[in-house]
Amino acid sequence: MSGDGVDTSKRRFLIAATTVVGGVGAVYTAVPFLASWLPSERAKAAGAPVEADISKLEAGQMIRVQWRGKPVWMVRRTEEMLAALPTLDDRLRDPESLEPQQPSYCQNEVRSIKPEILVLVGICTHLGCSPGFVPEALPQPYDADWKGGFFCPCHGSKFDLAGRVFKGVPAPINLEVPPHKYVSDTLVLVGVGEDEGAA
Amino acid sequence: MGMLVSLRDWIDARFPLTSMWEEHLSKYYAPKNFNFWYFFGSLALLVLVIQIITGIFLTMNYKPDASQAFASVEYIMRDVEWGWLIRYMHSTGASAFFIVVYLHMFRGMLYGSYKGPRELIWLFGMMIYLALMAEAFFGYLLPWGQMSFWGAQVIVSLFGAIPGIGDSLSLWIRGDYVISDVTLNRFFALHVIAVPLVLLVLVVMHILALHEVGSNNPDGVEIKKNKDENGIPKDGIPFHPYYTVKDIVGVVVFLMFFSFVLFFVPEGGGYFLEAPNFEPADPLKTPAHIAPVWYFTPYYAMLRAITFDIGPLSSKFLGVIVMGAAVVILFFLPWLDRSLVKSIRYRGPVFKTMLALFVLAFAVLGYLGTQAPTDTKTMLAQVGTAVYFAFFLLMPIYTKIDPTKPVPDRVTMGGGH
Repeated sequence: MSGDGVDTSKRRFLIAATTVVGGVGAVYTAVPFLASWLPSERAKAAGAPVEADISKLEAGQMIRVQWRGKPVWMVRRTEEMLAALPTLDDRLRDPESLEPQQPSYCQNEVRSIKPEILVLVGICTHLGCSPGFVPEALPQPYDADWKGGFFCPCHGSKFDLAGRVFKGVPAPINLEVPPHKYVSDTLVLVGVGEDEGAA
Repeated sequence: MGMLVSLRDWIDARFPLTSMWEEHLSKYYAPKNFNFWYFFGSLALLVLVIQIITGIFLTMNYKPDASQAFASVEYIMRDVEWGWLIRYMHSTGASAFFIVVYLHMFRGMLYGSYKGPRELIWLFGMMIYLALMAEAFFGYLLPWGQMSFWGAQVIVSLFGAIPGIGDSLSLWIRGDYVISDVTLNRFFALHVIAVPLVLLVLVVMHILALHEVGSNNPDGVEIKKNKDENGIPKDGIPFHPYYTVKDIVGVVVFLMFFSFVLFFVPEGGGYFLEAPNFEPADPLKTPAHIAPVWYFTPYYAMLRAITFDIGPLSSKFLGVIVMGAAVVILFFLPWLDRSLVKSIRYRGPVFKTMLALFVLAFAVLGYLGTQAPTDTKTMLAQVGTAVYFAFFLLMPIYTKIDPTKPVPDRVTMGGGH
């Protein structure tokens, strides 16, 4: 390693060039490993629509179905429940549902196609817990003026009976209304919107 | 003996056996005034060994498959010979690991062990703490109980709070649109291979850095400043046999506590193994009350404490930032502390008060994180979060103005003063 006759700038250039080329190669080698963590083709294909029969759903009750691995709630709201919704507007973050958390055909006061039937993805918009259904309009430890709604046990987020989020809770936006449509009067298809063709 | 000596010489000519033994044990001079608080480093190493051995045996019967995971854990508990013991050793070991590590970190704060020239030891230690949290988190999904599932759901969703890339990032971590078999399988790989390897490398670096600069002690005196004619610190004693033997006493006492939990309260009163985790994961239903395992609850309480938006920043995003910052800020401790002395023995009243408040805030937050949120508890958590951050953010000021006592040249025995 004698320095005699060595072109050091050429040597430095070769070292730098080798390092850069090797580095680029190493970065590209990481791509398949990182990409292998993305949802697989099978996971992507598993999003088929599901049907739910609501003929036996009583007023004030809720049923759960599973769609894309997530809980989807269906609630048949009573007259009193629907009447209570507008009274809450000033306590809500997004009373008019301006955030795109519902299909356009559900962007209305009650966030549903049929006023009494509420369809929601039962996943809290905060950190993904499934909130509890607390339909009774009774004072609660977390809300003395509770008119019925959903309460997330994980971090205390509150939603009304249209899935609209209250102010002063960690959840930032309203619960999601999934795309859905009525196949018949009592049969709801979740995963396909009213504005889309056949499943 | 002659044969053993020649075997040793044969090895030494090919591998630095004797020189390594001397450098790290028989001629590693540690201060002679170590006290109770110095047990926890070696105990952490012991728990690491327990976790690795029990973990290896658990993988022999565990099935990382969403349809079989829960049942395979029950199979280990009921049908595998001594399976219950191995499983309880592993689950109790997880909590024991954090107890020991928290006490070890607190020792560093008491005696200023993170201060120069030991900043890198502290940084490696913090990386171990991070790796340990990741290890615990990945491991907790594996039994595939209700708490496993919803805990993972919440933590992975935390990444979704990052503006822009958040949702794709949580999707990438899960590998599916919800926590699923895919997630379970990759968390298993991370828990049994990736993170343990990282942990082992970090532990080696933590100890190498320690042995390079030498151990701190309850007086915060640098023993290398006072050496005898042979270059050995006057206040130093060889780690082996003095501290190896002392640490064995610590190990025996630790194992008494560990065995008590293992045989009499293996669920740790619902804190080590949470009740909802004895129910198989149900993606449609969150348990009425979910809380992380106790060692994460202080950070969890801080996450929940942020219920208000600031300008365009949502409370969700801020909560995640606060939670992350609470861990990251610990890394900066060596540079936040401007005091001229290391040990609490020679510090003034302000630091002592702040440290006490910090410990209190951490404990209160830890308690609140296990409780269901109410308005009062949320407010208390907000106060605790403020105290937690004040301890660090005000540290450059109060450690500078705090009066200190003169530090002796040599270590003191029996508590100093």
